[in-house]
Amino acid sequence: MLKRTALFEEHQRLGGRLIDFGGWELPVQYSGVMDEHLACRTTAGIFDVSHMGEFHVEGADAEAYLHYLVSNNVMKLADWQAQYTVLPNEHGGLVDDLIIYRYNKQRFLVVVNASNTDKDFAHFVKIQKQFKGGKADLRVTNESARYSQIAVQGPKAAEIVQKITKTPLAPIKTYWFADGTVLNGIPAVLGRTGYTGEDGFEIYLPWDKGAEVWRALMEAGTPLGLKPCGLGARDTLRLEMKYPLYGHELGDDTNPLEAGAGWVTKLDKTDFVGKAAIVRAKEAGLKRKLIGLRMLDRGIPRQGYAIYTADGAQRIGEITSGTQSPSLKQSIGIAYVALAHSAEGNRITVDIRGQKVAAEIIPTPFYKRPY
Amino acid sequence: MSFPSDLKYTKDHEWAKTEGKTVTIGVTDHAQKALGDIVYVELPAVGRALKKHETFGVVESIKAVSDLYSPIAGKVLEVNTALTDEPAMINRDPHKGAWMVKMELTDPASMSDLMDAQAYTAYVATLK
Repeated sequence: MLKRTALFEEHQRLGGRLIDFGGWELPVQYSGVMDEHLACRTTAGIFDVSHMGEFHVEGADAEAYLHYLVSNNVMKLADWQAQYTVLPNEHGGLVDDLIIYRYNKQRFLVVVNASNTDKDFAHFVKIQKQFKGGKADLRVTNESARYSQIAVQGPKAAEIVQKITKTPLAPIKTYWFADGTVLNGIPAVLGRTGYTGEDGFEIYLPWDKGAEVWRALMEAGTPLGLKPCGLGARDTLRLEMKYPLYGHELGDDTNPLEAGAGWVTKLDKTDFVGKAAIVRAKEAGLKRKLIGLRMLDRGIPRQGYAIYTADGAQRIGEITSGTQSPSLKQSIGIAYVALAHSAEGNRITVDIRGQKVAAEIIPTPFYKRPY
Repeated sequence: MSFPSDLKYTKDHEWAKTEGKTVTIGVTDHAQKALGDIVYVELPAVGRALKKHETFGVVESIKAVSDLYSPIAGKVLEVNTALTDEPAMINRDPHKGAWMVKMELTDPASMSDLMDAQAYTAYVATLK
Protein backbone atom coordinates (compact mmCIF):
# COMPACT_ATOMS: atom_id res chain seq x y z
CA MET A 1 0.00 0.00 0.00
CA LEU A 2 1.46 3.32 -1.04
CA LYS A 3 1.66 6.11 1.50
CA ARG A 4 -0.44 9.20 0.84
CA THR A 5 0.07 12.77 1.98
CA ALA A 6 -2.71 14.85 3.49
CA LEU A 7 -3.06 16.48 0.07
CA PHE A 8 -3.93 13.32 -1.84
CA GLU A 9 -7.50 14.37 -2.58
CA GLU A 10 -6.34 17.79 -3.77
CA HIS A 11 -4.05 16.09 -6.31
CA GLN A 12 -6.91 13.93 -7.54
CA ARG A 13 -9.23 16.92 -7.83
CA LEU A 14 -6.59 18.84 -9.80
CA GLY A 15 -6.10 15.94 -12.22
CA GLY A 16 -2.58 15.13 -11.05
CA ARG A 17 -1.07 12.00 -12.59
CA LEU A 18 -0.18 9.88 -9.57
CA ILE A 19 2.85 7.65 -9.47
CA ASP A 20 4.77 5.56 -6.95
CA PHE A 21 7.63 7.74 -5.80
CA GLY A 22 9.71 5.82 -3.29
CA GLY A 23 6.59 4.31 -1.72
CA TRP A 24 4.57 7.55 -1.86
CA GLU A 25 1.61 8.09 -4.17
CA LEU A 26 2.39 11.55 -5.54
CA PRO A 27 1.66 13.57 -8.69
CA VAL A 28 4.38 13.54 -11.34
CA GLN A 29 2.50 16.26 -13.21
CA TYR A 30 -0.80 18.11 -13.47
CA SER A 31 -0.99 20.31 -16.61
CA GLY A 32 2.39 19.11 -17.94
CA VAL A 33 6.03 19.33 -16.88
CA MET A 34 6.85 22.12 -19.35
CA ASP A 35 3.89 24.30 -18.38
CA GLU A 36 4.47 23.80 -14.63
CA HIS A 37 8.19 24.44 -14.90
CA LEU A 38 7.70 27.69 -16.79
CA ALA A 39 4.96 28.82 -14.37
CA CYS A 40 7.42 28.40 -11.50
CA ARG A 41 10.09 30.37 -13.36
CA THR A 42 7.79 33.22 -14.45
CA THR A 43 5.08 33.47 -11.74
CA ALA A 44 4.93 30.72 -9.12
CA GLY A 45 4.50 26.99 -8.55
CA ILE A 46 3.08 25.13 -5.56
CA PHE A 47 4.45 21.71 -4.60
CA ASP A 48 3.31 19.07 -2.12
CA VAL A 49 6.53 17.98 -0.46
CA SER A 50 4.90 16.40 2.57
CA HIS A 51 6.80 13.17 1.87
CA MET A 52 10.03 14.83 3.06
CA GLY A 53 11.28 13.70 6.48
CA GLU A 54 11.38 16.00 9.53
CA PHE A 55 13.42 15.35 12.66
CA HIS A 56 13.52 17.35 15.88
CA VAL A 57 16.89 17.66 17.61
CA GLU A 58 16.59 19.20 21.07
CA GLY A 59 18.54 19.55 24.28
CA ALA A 60 21.56 21.33 25.77
CA ASP A 61 23.89 19.31 23.48
CA ALA A 62 21.80 19.64 20.31
CA GLU A 63 24.09 22.13 18.60
CA ALA A 64 27.31 20.22 19.39
CA TYR A 65 25.71 16.94 18.26
CA LEU A 66 24.60 18.33 14.89
CA HIS A 67 27.97 20.02 14.45
CA TYR A 68 29.60 16.59 14.85
CA LEU A 69 26.97 14.79 12.72
CA VAL A 70 27.09 16.89 9.52
CA SER A 71 29.89 18.35 7.41
CA ASN A 72 28.87 22.02 7.53
CA ASN A 73 29.61 24.46 10.36
CA VAL A 74 26.47 24.33 12.50
CA MET A 75 28.09 26.65 15.11
CA LYS A 76 27.85 29.46 12.57
CA LEU A 77 24.05 29.39 12.55
CA ALA A 78 22.13 32.14 14.29
CA ASP A 79 18.64 31.71 15.73
CA TRP A 80 16.07 31.57 12.88
CA GLN A 81 18.73 30.73 10.30
CA ALA A 82 18.75 27.67 8.02
CA GLN A 83 21.68 25.80 6.50
CA TYR A 84 22.19 23.30 3.70
CA THR A 85 24.63 20.47 4.43
CA VAL A 86 25.53 16.93 3.52
CA LEU A 87 25.42 14.05 6.00
CA PRO A 88 28.56 11.95 5.60
CA ASN A 89 28.87 8.33 6.71
CA GLU A 90 31.93 6.96 8.53
CA HIS A 91 33.52 5.93 5.21
CA GLY A 92 33.41 9.44 3.80
CA GLY A 93 30.42 8.71 1.54
CA LEU A 94 27.03 10.34 1.98
CA VAL A 95 23.97 9.19 3.90
CA ASP A 96 21.96 12.13 2.53
CA ASP A 97 21.83 15.88 2.10
CA LEU A 98 19.54 17.97 4.30
CA ILE A 99 18.52 21.36 5.67
CA ILE A 100 18.93 22.38 9.31
CA TYR A 101 16.68 25.11 10.77
CA ARG A 102 17.85 26.56 14.10
CA TYR A 103 15.21 27.93 16.50
CA ASN A 104 17.89 28.34 19.16
CA LYS A 105 21.02 26.49 20.32
CA GLN A 106 18.91 23.83 21.96
CA ARG A 107 16.20 23.32 19.34
CA PHE A 108 16.57 22.42 15.65
CA LEU A 109 14.35 21.17 12.83
CA VAL A 110 16.15 18.91 10.33
CA VAL A 111 14.58 18.14 6.94
CA VAL A 112 15.75 15.10 4.96
CA ASN A 113 14.92 13.34 1.69
CA ALA A 114 11.73 11.26 1.77
CA SER A 115 13.25 8.05 0.49
CA ASN A 116 16.11 8.29 3.03
CA THR A 117 14.03 9.16 6.10
CA ASP A 118 14.29 5.80 7.87
CA LYS A 119 17.96 5.30 6.96
CA ASP A 120 18.82 8.83 8.09
CA PHE A 121 16.97 8.48 11.36
CA ALA A 122 18.79 5.23 12.12
CA HIS A 123 22.08 7.05 11.46
CA PHE A 124 21.05 9.98 13.69
CA VAL A 125 20.24 7.53 16.51
CA LYS A 126 23.45 5.56 16.03
CA ILE A 127 25.59 8.70 16.29
CA GLN A 128 23.47 9.93 19.21
CA LYS A 129 24.41 6.74 21.11
CA GLN A 130 28.11 7.37 20.45
CA PHE A 131 28.08 11.09 21.13
CA LYS A 132 29.41 11.93 24.62
CA GLY A 133 29.24 8.22 25.42
CA GLY A 134 25.48 8.30 24.92
CA LYS A 135 25.13 10.60 27.94
CA ALA A 136 24.45 13.82 26.07
CA ASP A 137 21.46 16.02 26.90
CA LEU A 138 19.80 15.28 23.61
CA ARG A 139 16.46 14.22 22.17
CA VAL A 140 16.28 13.14 18.53
CA THR A 141 12.82 12.28 17.24
CA ASN A 142 11.38 11.43 13.82
CA GLU A 143 8.37 13.75 13.46
CA SER A 144 7.81 13.14 9.72
CA ALA A 145 4.28 11.81 10.12
CA ARG A 146 3.24 14.97 11.96
CA TYR A 147 4.14 17.41 9.20
CA SER A 148 2.61 18.47 5.93
CA GLN A 149 5.02 20.47 3.82
CA ILE A 150 4.07 22.81 0.98
CA ALA A 151 6.61 24.66 -1.16
CA VAL A 152 5.65 27.84 -3.00
CA GLN A 153 8.40 28.89 -5.38
CA GLY A 154 8.80 31.56 -8.03
CA PRO A 155 9.03 35.34 -8.44
CA LYS A 156 5.49 35.79 -7.07
CA ALA A 157 5.85 33.25 -4.23
CA ALA A 158 6.32 35.78 -1.42
CA GLU A 159 3.38 37.86 -2.60
CA ILE A 160 1.16 34.77 -2.64
CA VAL A 161 2.26 33.37 0.72
CA GLN A 162 1.84 36.80 2.32
CA LYS A 163 -1.86 36.65 1.42
CA ILE A 164 -2.41 33.80 3.89
CA THR A 165 -0.17 34.90 6.76
CA LYS A 166 0.12 37.90 9.07
CA THR A 167 3.77 37.02 9.69
CA PRO A 168 5.76 39.67 7.77
CA LEU A 169 7.71 37.84 5.07
CA ALA A 170 9.84 40.69 3.70
CA PRO A 171 12.28 40.59 6.67
CA ILE A 172 12.91 36.83 6.16
CA LYS A 173 16.01 36.61 3.99
CA THR A 174 17.04 33.64 1.87
CA TYR A 175 17.90 30.67 4.13
CA TRP A 176 16.26 32.22 7.17
CA PHE A 177 12.86 31.29 8.61
CA ALA A 178 10.11 32.34 10.98
CA ASP A 179 7.81 30.50 13.35
CA GLY A 180 4.46 32.01 12.47
CA THR A 181 0.87 31.24 11.66
CA VAL A 182 -1.18 30.98 8.48
CA LEU A 183 -4.92 31.54 7.96
CA ASN A 184 -6.72 31.67 11.32
CA GLY A 185 -3.84 30.78 13.59
CA ILE A 186 -2.58 27.51 12.10
CA PRO A 187 1.03 27.18 13.32
CA ALA A 188 3.50 27.25 10.43
CA VAL A 189 7.27 27.26 10.02
CA LEU A 190 7.92 29.61 7.11
CA GLY A 191 11.35 28.90 5.62
CA ARG A 192 12.72 31.02 2.79
CA THR A 193 14.28 27.93 1.26
CA GLY A 194 13.62 25.75 -1.76
CA TYR A 195 14.86 23.41 -4.44
CA THR A 196 14.06 25.31 -7.62
CA GLY A 197 16.51 28.21 -7.85
CA GLU A 198 13.65 30.66 -7.38
CA ASP A 199 12.75 32.83 -4.43
CA GLY A 200 10.12 31.13 -2.33
CA PHE A 201 9.02 29.42 0.83
CA GLU A 202 8.85 25.95 2.27
CA ILE A 203 5.98 25.86 4.75
CA TYR A 204 5.88 23.24 7.50
CA LEU A 205 2.40 22.60 8.89
CA PRO A 206 0.55 20.22 11.18
CA TRP A 207 -0.20 17.18 8.99
CA ASP A 208 -3.99 17.56 9.12
CA LYS A 209 -3.91 21.24 8.11
CA GLY A 210 -2.11 20.57 4.81
CA ALA A 211 -5.17 20.42 2.55
CA GLU A 212 -6.77 23.53 4.02
CA VAL A 213 -3.59 25.58 3.56
CA TRP A 214 -3.02 24.20 0.05
CA ARG A 215 -6.53 25.24 -1.00
CA ALA A 216 -6.05 28.72 0.49
CA LEU A 217 -2.74 29.15 -1.36
CA MET A 218 -4.32 27.97 -4.61
CA GLU A 219 -7.16 30.44 -4.17
CA ALA A 220 -4.80 33.31 -3.35
CA GLY A 221 -2.27 32.44 -6.04
CA THR A 222 -4.25 31.27 -9.06
CA PRO A 223 -5.18 34.84 -10.12
CA LEU A 224 -1.44 35.65 -10.05
CA GLY A 225 -0.54 32.66 -12.21
CA LEU A 226 0.27 30.09 -9.52
CA LYS A 227 0.16 26.52 -10.80
CA PRO A 228 0.37 23.18 -9.00
CA CYS A 229 3.66 21.46 -9.89
CA GLY A 230 4.48 17.77 -9.73
CA LEU A 231 7.64 15.78 -9.20
CA GLY A 232 8.53 16.10 -12.89
CA ALA A 233 8.87 19.89 -12.74
CA ARG A 234 10.58 19.67 -9.36
CA ASP A 235 13.25 17.54 -11.03
CA THR A 236 13.77 19.76 -14.10
CA LEU A 237 13.85 22.90 -11.94
CA ARG A 238 16.55 21.50 -9.63
CA LEU A 239 18.45 20.11 -12.61
CA GLU A 240 18.68 23.56 -14.25
CA MET A 241 20.33 24.73 -11.02
CA LYS A 242 22.63 21.67 -10.82
CA TYR A 243 21.25 20.97 -7.35
CA PRO A 244 22.24 17.39 -6.52
CA LEU A 245 19.60 14.71 -5.93
CA TYR A 246 20.31 11.69 -3.76
CA GLY A 247 20.31 8.56 -5.93
CA HIS A 248 21.60 10.57 -8.90
CA GLU A 249 24.51 12.82 -7.93
CA LEU A 250 24.82 11.62 -4.31
CA GLY A 251 25.11 8.14 -2.82
CA ASP A 252 26.69 6.01 -0.12
CA ASP A 253 30.06 6.07 -1.92
CA THR A 254 30.03 9.70 -3.06
CA ASN A 255 32.92 11.84 -1.87
CA PRO A 256 31.38 15.26 -1.08
CA LEU A 257 34.43 17.06 -2.47
CA GLU A 258 33.95 15.33 -5.83
CA ALA A 259 30.20 16.07 -5.72
CA GLY A 260 30.70 19.83 -5.56
CA ALA A 261 29.73 19.88 -1.88
CA GLY A 262 33.12 21.21 -0.79
CA TRP A 263 31.47 24.52 0.14
CA VAL A 264 29.49 22.73 2.87
CA THR A 265 32.29 20.34 3.89
CA LYS A 266 34.29 22.19 6.53
CA LEU A 267 37.51 20.23 6.91
CA ASP A 268 38.78 22.85 9.37
CA LYS A 269 36.20 21.67 11.91
CA THR A 270 37.74 19.77 14.86
CA ASP A 271 35.94 16.59 13.96
CA PHE A 272 32.79 15.28 12.33
CA VAL A 273 31.53 11.89 11.22
CA GLY A 274 33.45 10.82 8.12
CA LYS A 275 36.00 13.63 8.29
CA ALA A 276 39.02 11.32 8.50
CA ALA A 277 37.94 9.34 5.44
CA ILE A 278 37.18 12.51 3.44
CA VAL A 279 40.60 13.96 4.33
CA ARG A 280 42.32 10.70 3.35
CA ALA A 281 40.54 10.70 -0.02
CA LYS A 282 41.54 14.32 -0.57
CA GLU A 283 45.17 13.62 0.26
CA ALA A 284 45.20 10.58 -2.03
CA GLY A 285 43.92 12.88 -4.81
CA LEU A 286 40.35 13.43 -5.98
CA LYS A 287 39.55 11.42 -9.09
CA ARG A 288 36.44 12.94 -10.61
CA LYS A 289 34.30 16.03 -10.59
CA LEU A 290 30.58 16.74 -10.92
CA ILE A 291 30.16 18.94 -14.00
CA GLY A 292 27.39 20.45 -16.12
CA LEU A 293 27.22 19.82 -19.85
CA ARG A 294 25.14 20.80 -22.83
CA MET A 295 24.65 18.73 -25.95
CA LEU A 296 26.09 20.23 -29.14
CA ASP A 297 24.33 17.71 -31.40
CA ARG A 298 20.87 16.16 -31.14
CA GLY A 299 20.08 13.93 -28.19
CA ILE A 300 19.12 14.03 -24.52
CA PRO A 301 21.59 12.73 -21.92
CA ARG A 302 20.06 10.41 -19.29
CA GLN A 303 21.28 8.89 -16.04
CA GLY A 304 23.76 6.07 -16.66
CA TYR A 305 24.85 7.10 -20.17
CA ALA A 306 28.63 6.79 -20.60
CA ILE A 307 30.84 9.80 -21.37
CA TYR A 308 33.88 9.63 -23.66
CA THR A 309 36.59 11.99 -24.83
CA ALA A 310 35.77 14.15 -27.88
CA ASP A 311 37.41 11.58 -30.18
CA GLY A 312 35.38 8.80 -28.54
CA ALA A 313 38.51 6.81 -27.65
CA GLN A 314 38.49 6.91 -23.87
CA ARG A 315 35.67 6.49 -21.38
CA ILE A 316 35.90 9.33 -18.84
CA GLY A 317 32.62 9.48 -16.96
CA GLU A 318 28.90 8.98 -16.63
CA ILE A 319 25.71 11.05 -16.71
CA THR A 320 23.89 11.35 -13.35
CA SER A 321 20.89 13.44 -14.52
CA GLY A 322 19.79 14.89 -17.82
CA THR A 323 16.83 16.43 -19.58
CA GLN A 324 15.65 18.84 -22.20
CA SER A 325 15.78 22.10 -20.22
CA PRO A 326 12.36 23.77 -20.40
CA SER A 327 13.85 27.22 -19.66
CA LEU A 328 16.81 27.02 -22.03
CA LYS A 329 15.21 24.83 -24.74
CA GLN A 330 18.42 22.85 -24.81
CA SER A 331 19.59 19.38 -23.76
CA ILE A 332 21.59 19.56 -20.54
CA GLY A 333 23.12 17.07 -18.17
CA ILE A 334 24.98 16.63 -14.90
CA ALA A 335 27.81 14.10 -14.88
CA TYR A 336 30.86 12.78 -13.10
CA VAL A 337 33.91 13.24 -15.31
CA ALA A 338 37.53 12.27 -14.63
CA LEU A 339 39.27 15.28 -13.09
CA ALA A 340 41.78 15.62 -15.95
CA HIS A 341 38.91 16.07 -18.44
CA SER A 342 36.57 18.20 -16.33
CA ALA A 343 37.53 21.76 -17.30
CA GLU A 344 34.79 24.12 -18.51
CA GLY A 345 34.88 24.44 -22.27
CA ASN A 346 36.11 20.86 -22.77
CA ARG A 347 34.51 18.99 -25.64
CA ILE A 348 33.31 15.49 -24.79
CA THR A 349 30.91 12.90 -26.24
CA VAL A 350 27.92 11.15 -24.67
CA ASP A 351 27.02 7.61 -25.70
CA ILE A 352 23.32 7.85 -26.59
CA ARG A 353 22.04 4.44 -27.70
CA GLY A 354 25.38 3.54 -29.24
CA GLN A 355 26.05 6.89 -30.93
CA LYS A 356 28.74 9.15 -29.51
CA VAL A 357 27.12 12.59 -29.56
CA ALA A 358 29.13 15.81 -29.10
CA ALA A 359 28.74 17.80 -25.90
CA GLU A 360 30.53 20.57 -24.04
CA ILE A 361 31.29 21.15 -20.36
CA ILE A 362 29.77 24.50 -19.36
CA PRO A 363 29.54 26.67 -16.23
CA THR A 364 26.64 26.07 -13.86
CA PRO A 365 23.99 26.76 -12.73
CA PHE A 366 22.55 26.31 -16.20
CA TYR A 367 19.80 28.79 -15.34
CA LYS A 368 20.23 32.11 -13.57
CA ARG A 369 17.14 33.89 -12.37
CA PRO A 370 16.73 37.43 -13.70
CA TYR A 371 15.78 39.05 -10.35
CA MET B 1 -10.20 10.03 -26.02
CA SER B 2 -11.45 9.02 -29.45
CA PHE B 3 -9.55 6.93 -31.98
CA PRO B 4 -10.22 7.38 -35.71
CA SER B 5 -11.99 4.44 -37.31
CA ASP B 6 -9.81 4.50 -40.44
CA LEU B 7 -6.69 3.57 -38.40
CA LYS B 8 -5.52 0.20 -37.04
CA TYR B 9 -3.82 -0.06 -33.64
CA THR B 10 -1.24 -2.06 -31.67
CA LYS B 11 -0.91 -2.83 -27.98
CA ASP B 12 2.27 -0.72 -28.02
CA HIS B 13 0.07 2.28 -28.93
CA GLU B 14 1.15 2.79 -32.52
CA TRP B 15 -1.37 3.32 -35.27
CA ALA B 16 -1.23 2.32 -38.95
CA LYS B 17 -3.25 3.69 -41.85
CA THR B 18 -3.38 1.79 -45.14
CA GLU B 19 -3.71 3.56 -48.52
CA GLY B 20 -3.04 1.09 -51.32
CA LYS B 21 0.39 -0.42 -50.64
CA THR B 22 1.48 2.49 -48.46
CA VAL B 23 1.05 2.31 -44.70
CA THR B 24 1.43 5.48 -42.59
CA ILE B 25 2.50 5.01 -38.97
CA GLY B 26 2.34 7.11 -35.83
CA VAL B 27 1.65 6.91 -32.10
CA THR B 28 -1.79 7.21 -30.54
CA ASP B 29 -3.35 9.97 -28.50
CA HIS B 30 -3.18 7.63 -25.53
CA ALA B 31 0.59 7.25 -26.04
CA GLN B 32 1.25 10.98 -26.24
CA LYS B 33 -0.81 11.63 -23.11
CA ALA B 34 1.05 8.95 -21.21
CA LEU B 35 4.42 10.35 -22.34
CA GLY B 36 3.69 13.99 -21.55
CA ASP B 37 5.56 16.85 -23.23
CA ILE B 38 7.50 15.27 -26.10
CA VAL B 39 10.81 17.02 -26.71
CA TYR B 40 12.80 14.67 -28.93
CA VAL B 41 12.18 12.25 -31.80
CA GLU B 42 14.51 9.92 -33.64
CA LEU B 43 13.20 8.39 -36.88
CA PRO B 44 14.67 5.75 -39.24
CA ALA B 45 16.50 6.30 -42.51
CA VAL B 46 14.51 6.16 -45.74
CA GLY B 47 14.97 2.77 -47.41
CA ARG B 48 15.38 0.82 -44.17
CA ALA B 49 13.58 -2.53 -44.08
CA LEU B 50 11.71 -3.16 -40.84
CA LYS B 51 10.40 -6.38 -39.40
CA LYS B 52 7.15 -6.37 -37.47
CA HIS B 53 7.79 -5.23 -33.84
CA GLU B 54 11.26 -3.99 -34.76
CA THR B 55 12.36 -0.77 -33.04
CA PHE B 56 12.30 1.97 -35.67
CA GLY B 57 12.87 5.04 -33.54
CA VAL B 58 12.62 6.78 -30.20
CA VAL B 59 10.42 9.45 -28.65
CA GLU B 60 11.49 11.22 -25.49
CA SER B 61 9.45 13.28 -23.09
CA ILE B 62 11.15 15.54 -20.58
CA LYS B 63 11.32 12.60 -18.17
CA ALA B 64 11.46 9.40 -20.18
CA VAL B 65 12.69 7.57 -23.26
CA SER B 66 10.32 5.28 -25.23
CA ASP B 67 11.05 3.02 -28.18
CA LEU B 68 8.84 3.02 -31.25
CA TYR B 69 7.89 -0.40 -32.65
CA SER B 70 6.92 -1.03 -36.24
CA PRO B 71 3.33 -2.35 -36.39
CA ILE B 72 4.02 -4.06 -39.74
CA ALA B 73 6.77 -5.52 -41.90
CA GLY B 74 7.81 -3.10 -44.61
CA LYS B 75 10.28 -0.67 -46.08
CA VAL B 76 10.56 3.00 -45.09
CA LEU B 77 9.50 5.25 -47.96
CA GLU B 78 9.32 8.62 -46.21
CA VAL B 79 9.80 10.08 -42.71
CA ASN B 80 8.14 13.14 -41.23
CA THR B 81 11.21 15.32 -40.75
CA ALA B 82 9.04 18.20 -39.45
CA LEU B 83 8.75 16.27 -36.18
CA THR B 84 12.48 16.53 -35.60
CA ASP B 85 12.19 20.31 -35.37
CA GLU B 86 8.85 20.27 -33.63
CA PRO B 87 8.36 17.12 -31.54
CA ALA B 88 5.50 18.79 -29.64
CA MET B 89 3.35 18.24 -32.75
CA ILE B 90 3.01 14.65 -31.50
CA ASN B 91 1.20 16.00 -28.43
CA ARG B 92 -1.03 18.26 -30.51
CA ASP B 93 -1.97 16.15 -33.50
CA PRO B 94 -0.93 12.54 -32.92
CA HIS B 95 -3.33 10.84 -35.34
CA LYS B 96 -2.71 13.02 -38.38
CA GLY B 97 -0.13 15.82 -38.62
CA ALA B 98 2.37 13.97 -36.44
CA TRP B 99 2.57 10.84 -38.61
CA MET B 100 6.09 9.41 -38.29
CA VAL B 101 6.89 7.18 -41.25
CA LYS B 102 5.29 6.00 -44.48
CA MET B 103 6.13 2.40 -45.33
CA GLU B 104 5.72 0.06 -48.25
CA LEU B 105 3.94 -3.00 -46.91
CA THR B 106 6.10 -6.04 -47.76
CA ASP B 107 4.11 -8.62 -45.79
CA PRO B 108 0.32 -8.09 -45.80
CA ALA B 109 -0.04 -10.85 -43.20
CA SER B 110 1.78 -8.61 -40.71
CA MET B 111 -1.34 -6.38 -40.65
CA SER B 112 -3.66 -9.18 -39.58
CA ASP B 113 -3.42 -8.89 -35.79
CA LEU B 114 -3.88 -5.10 -35.59
CA MET B 115 -6.89 -3.87 -33.64
CA ASP B 116 -9.67 -1.70 -35.03
CA ALA B 117 -10.66 1.50 -33.21
CA GLN B 118 -13.32 -0.22 -31.17
CA ALA B 119 -11.02 -3.00 -29.97
CA TYR B 120 -8.24 -0.51 -29.18
CA THR B 121 -10.63 1.74 -27.24
CA ALA B 122 -11.64 -1.29 -25.17
CA TYR B 123 -7.98 -2.24 -24.71
CA VAL B 124 -7.02 1.26 -23.47
CA ALA B 125 -9.93 1.14 -21.02
CA THR B 126 -8.36 -1.94 -19.41
CA LEU B 127 -5.12 -0.06 -18.71
CA LYS B 128 -6.49 2.30 -16.07
